[in-house]
Amino acid sequence: MSEVATLTGIGVCAGVTGGPLLRIAAAPALPAPVPVDDVEAEVQRAVAALAEVVADLSRRADRAADETVAEVLRAEALMADDEELRDAVREHVEGGADAPHAVDAAFGAFREMFAEAGGYLAERVADLDDLRDRAVAVLLGLPMPGVPQPGFPYVLAARDLAPADTADLDPEQVLALVTEIGGPTSHTAILARALGLPAVVACPGVLGVTEHTLVLVDGSTGRVEVGVSAASVAAAGALAEAAIDDNAEPGRTADGHAVKLLANVGSVKNVPAADQAHAEGIGLFRTELLFLDRTSEPTRDEQIGAYRDVFRAMAGRRVVIRTLDAGADKPLPFLKQEGEPNPALGIRGLRVARQRPDVLTTQLAAIAAAADDCGADVWVMAPMVSTLTEATAFAAAVHEAGLPKAGVMIEVPAAALRAADLLRAVDFLSIGTNDLSQYTFAADRMCGDLAELLDPWQPALLQLIAICGAAGRDTGKPVGVCGEAAADPLLAPVLAGLGVSSLSMSPRALPGVRAALGRYSYAECRRLADLAVAAPDAAAARKLMG
Amino acid sequence: MPTRTVAVGSASGLHARPAKIFVEAAAKAPVKVTIRVGEKKPVPAKSMLSVLALGAKKGTEVTLEADGDGADQALDDLAALLARDLDADGV
Repeated sequence: MSEVATLTGIGVCAGVTGGPLLRIAAAPALPAPVPVDDVEAEVQRAVAALAEVVADLSRRADRAADETVAEVLRAEALMADDEELRDAVREHVEGGADAPHAVDAAFGAFREMFAEAGGYLAERVADLDDLRDRAVAVLLGLPMPGVPQPGFPYVLAARDLAPADTADLDPEQVLALVTEIGGPTSHTAILARALGLPAVVACPGVLGVTEHTLVLVDGSTGRVEVGVSAASVAAAGALAEAAIDDNAEPGRTADGHAVKLLANVGSVKNVPAADQAHAEGIGLFRTELLFLDRTSEPTRDEQIGAYRDVFRAMAGRRVVIRTLDAGADKPLPFLKQEGEPNPALGIRGLRVARQRPDVLTTQLAAIAAAADDCGADVWVMAPMVSTLTEATAFAAAVHEAGLPKAGVMIEVPAAALRAADLLRAVDFLSIGTNDLSQYTFAADRMCGDLAELLDPWQPALLQLIAICGAAGRDTGKPVGVCGEAAADPLLAPVLAGLGVSSLSMSPRALPGVRAALGRYSYAECRRLADLAVAAPDAAAARKLMG
Repeated sequence: MPTRTVAVGSASGLHARPAKIFVEAAAKAPVKVTIRVGEKKPVPAKSMLSVLALGAKKGTEVTLEADGDGADQALDDLAALLARDLDADGV
């Protein structure tokens, strides 16, 4: 048994799981050119490789459960099944190139045209590169780049995950995601949360792990243990099972002070996991998934369908839906946001409505139509709000759409400082601790080297949460936390003590948080909260919990 | 040679889904159809990569050309398809 090594990254979706590690097959490098003897045979070889790529993409399209995914794959297949491309390949072979180089050159010409055109086409350059890599891999007898489908559960490792990699990712086979780069809001993180998969990003060294090595992934601490025994993998699995069987009581402290335990979801697909964890409702329904990788806004009807599925599944419970959180690290092609020097401080979240008020109006109308007669208690909140003016305008728009409950997220220190003011304009607050950390500490969420500044136990962050909690207590209005901090069982009693009335997290984290809350009285929570805010640093604050 | 000039009607331009629908229809036409923007080089309408590379946006005027039996009918059908908003539902 070799020694266990520990890699550390940023945990972006809580949960502990283990299994053999497999990498996304890397793009093949072009070998040195070889002289071609039989031109016709070489052309046929290249054409056959392209045909194999088309066939593979079509098979994946047929297998894809999601129609949007299937369409993306079919469009990609059509790009590889192209007469002009085959003609270009033939020309290059006739000019002396071997099949891999001819394929590379043929795609290269289109690549140049696409890159030159800019905008939408420039984004499709990645598709061309992917197709070329696939065809070259076939020619070299290597596995096609992409997510492995070994037929058994495994931990997927990659440098980073692109939408094309994950379009048909099978959550039955993939146990967890670990990427070398990326941040808490990268595509990998969004996808992991949507699928409820434990995930660690910004984890250097993961690509150096030998394939099929057993690893244990902890999506809350960001630790990846490499070379563990089969027994510890089995134990982690058993622990996760046991956690799911935990009780179904609503969240409360030992003496009965209620703290609602809610789930974060990205689509109706996550609702079963929320139910299994006995969530009392949805505290964050992200709507970005519907908008990702789109060149045009989803239609009102399409939005109504997606929202209604979740609302109906949660009949009788609360669903807090967040309006589109686009911009910065989540650019959306149809918004055509280009050239911001500092996107995290630019037009993102609710600020998009300054330029495209129609997107918000359509979304609110769709939410209202979906909420009508659905049986769920639908609340709506906006991301990235900084001022009372913004909050007031948003609340007016929500009410105008015929929706009763409007709230705002607290992600900007300015908003936290003025929480009491904001609660005069809106019905509730929801603290997004990930962004609130980033903006409070001036530390990029994507920057792994600054991870300790983004620790949710930082006293300055807790102090801002305390301001919001106090405003909630004074007004009797709900103040929730829906960032990753809400998924930390140790932090839950502190957040409750700070005045937070609900915690919303990945369903997998819910049993642990429920158990942790139940171990402290509310008076103890308040005392711990005071001590944590007064602590000199994050480590000292965390130590309070033993 | 029969030609048709038409403005692209799809909201996202001749990209993604609209391009796919157009290219598939062109591949089924009984004659070889080319498409060009302005006086640029015509490209085969059934080549997805070439059609994408045109970079035609909503409102961009494109010219279709074809020769032979059934060319007029094929061009009428394809021009009508291009003029529609293929991003909208019901296609």
